[in-house]
Amino acid sequence: MKNGRDFLIITNNPLVERCLREYYEVSFLPDESYRGILVLVRDKIYLGHKLYTHPLSGSVKPNETPYKSVVISKAVHGFDAGEAEIISNCIAAFDKFSPRKRPLSDKILNDFQLIDYTLLCGALDYDAAAGLSKINTPI
Amino acid sequence: MKLELGFIEIKDIQFSNESKVENGTLFINADAVKEFVYQDDDVKACVKSVSFDIAKPGESVRITPVKDVIEPRVKVEGPGGEFPGVIAKVDTVGSGKTHVLRGMAIVTAGPIVGFQEGIIDMTGPGADYTPFSKLNNLVMVCQPVEGVHQHEYEHAVRIAGLRAATFVGELGRNVTPDESKTYETLGIREGLEKYPNLPRVGYVHMLQSQGLLHDTYVYGVDAKRTLTTIIYPTETMDGAIISGNCVSACDKNTTYHHQNNPVVADLFEQHGKTLNYVCNIITNENVYLADKQRSSDWSAKLCRLLDLDGVIVSQEGFGNPDTDLIMNTKKIEQVGVKTTIITDEYAGQDGKSQSLADADPLADAVVTGGNANMPIVLPKLDKVIGTLDYVDKIAGGHAGSLRPDGSIEAELQVITGATNEMGFNRLSAR
Repeated sequence: MKNGRDFLIITNNPLVERCLREYYEVSFLPDESYRGILVLVRDKIYLGHKLYTHPLSGSVKPNETPYKSVVISKAVHGFDAGEAEIISNCIAAFDKFSPRKRPLSDKILNDFQLIDYTLLCGALDYDAAAGLSKINTPI
Repeated sequence: MKLELGFIEIKDIQFSNESKVENGTLFINADAVKEFVYQDDDVKACVKSVSFDIAKPGESVRITPVKDVIEPRVKVEGPGGEFPGVIAKVDTVGSGKTHVLRGMAIVTAGPIVGFQEGIIDMTGPGADYTPFSKLNNLVMVCQPVEGVHQHEYEHAVRIAGLRAATFVGELGRNVTPDESKTYETLGIREGLEKYPNLPRVGYVHMLQSQGLLHDTYVYGVDAKRTLTTIIYPTETMDGAIISGNCVSACDKNTTYHHQNNPVVADLFEQHGKTLNYVCNIITNENVYLADKQRSSDWSAKLCRLLDLDGVIVSQEGFGNPDTDLIMNTKKIEQVGVKTTIITDEYAGQDGKSQSLADADPLADAVVTGGNANMPIVLPKLDKVIGTLDYVDKIAGGHAGSLRPDGSIEAELQVITGATNEMGFNRLSAR
C-alpha cells in the first residue's frame, strides 16, 4: 500500500506546490532546473531515501519541459542500488537531449505544469481533477 | 474464441445529403455525424464546435494537431458492440462477426495540450513516414468550450471520435464485405493437443498508463488501475482497447493501432504453422515504482504459468516505460521464456546516443521502429486541416520549426505513427 505520510515531493512546478501542499510534504524549488531536480533526487537516493516515482515520467522529453516532480521518502530507508541505477540512467538520458533555448509562452508553460502535475497525481493516487477544480486553469 | 472480420474496401469519401457506403465510396452527411456525436453529455458540455473535412492520399494537405485515429467498424454477429465499456455496453467482444471499413479512418484534430499532438501529411516526404497518409481520412476538428479543463476536454474529444467512428461503422452493417478472414484462439489444452510440436508464443502488450492524459482504456477501465492480465487477441482486434493519451505523436498507439495491432496480425499469420499463438498479456506502465515491480512480476508469472516458450514485448512511449520494458523482459527471461522486444529509439539527432533510458543484457533481441530524434524538413503544403499554431511547440518541434516559407523543420517525432512501437510502420534499423 502507498504510504502518503512518507511522501516527499521534490518539485520545481508551481502547480504542484499550489494543489498539493496542503496534503503532502512538498519541497518546492522554483529556481531549480529539470536536471537540477534529478541531481538533487539522486543525492537523496544515495543518502538512503527511497525513490517512489519514476523520474522520467511522461513522454514529454526532458528538454521540452522545464518542470519535474519526483516523489521520494521522507525517511531514510537504506541505500538501494536498483533505485540509484534508475535515477542515474535518467540523468544520462536527460544529458543526451540537446538543450532548446526557446521562449515558452504562459499558455505552454501552464500546459507543461499540468502534465507534470497530472502524472504525479496518478502516482500518488490523488484525484488530479479534484485538485484542479479548486483552482482556475482553463485551456 | 473465433472472430470473423469482413473487410469493406473504402476507396473514396464524399460529403453527401445521404450517409451510405456504396461501391467502395463512403458518402457522408457531416450534419448527421455531428448530431450523433453531440448526443453525448460530455461532448455537449466541453466541445464548442466540430467541423469535418476530408483528406485523401496524395493531396497537398497537412492535418495537425492530430489527437487520435480510429477505424470505423460494426459488430454484425455475436455479443458486444463497438468500443465496449465506452460506447457500447460492457460485453465481451472478440467473437462473432465484425465489418471493417478498411482504407479509411476517423482522425480527431484540434488543440488539447499544445505540445503533444502530431502531424499527418497526405503527400511529400512527411507522408512516407506515416501510415495514415495512405488512408482516406474523415477529419473531425474540435474546439473547446471556453474555460473547460484539458482533461475534461480530452475525454470529450475521445468520446466524440469514437462516436463518429461508430456512426460511420454502422453504415457498413448491411454491405457485403470484399474479403473475410477468420481468427481463432483455442483453449490452453486444445492448443496443446492440436499443436504439440509448435513453440507456444504469447504477446506481452504494454499499455500507456502514466496518468491523466496518458492513459489507455480496456473495456472502459483505466489500465493504470489494472493488474497484468490475459486477453484474447481477437478482443483487441474488436475494439476492447482504446487510446486516451497525448504522448508524443511518433510513438503514440492510436486506437487504429490497437484495432490493427501488427503483432497480433503477424502472430495469427504464423499460428498453426511455425508457432502456437497462445494469448495476449496486457500490462501497464505506471509511474509509481512499486506498481512497476508488481506488474512486471505478474507478467513473468503469467508467462510461466501458461508454459510459454517465447513472447514478443511491445511498449508505448519513452523514458518511464523503458523501465517497465526492461523489467518485464528481464523477469520473463529469468523464468525461462525467450523475449523479443519492439521499441523505438531516442538516439539523438546523430543517432549515436544510447537509445533507451534503461537496458539489461537479457534484453538481447530488439526490433526498432526508428530514431525519433532524426531531423526532417516538411515542405509547405497547400491546405492545413486544423491549425499550425502548435508546430513550434509539439514534441520534436522547436522555436522556428515553422519557417517563414511555410515549411517545417523538426524531428521525426512530430509525425503521427512514424516510429510506432508495435512495428506498425516501415522504419527500422539493422
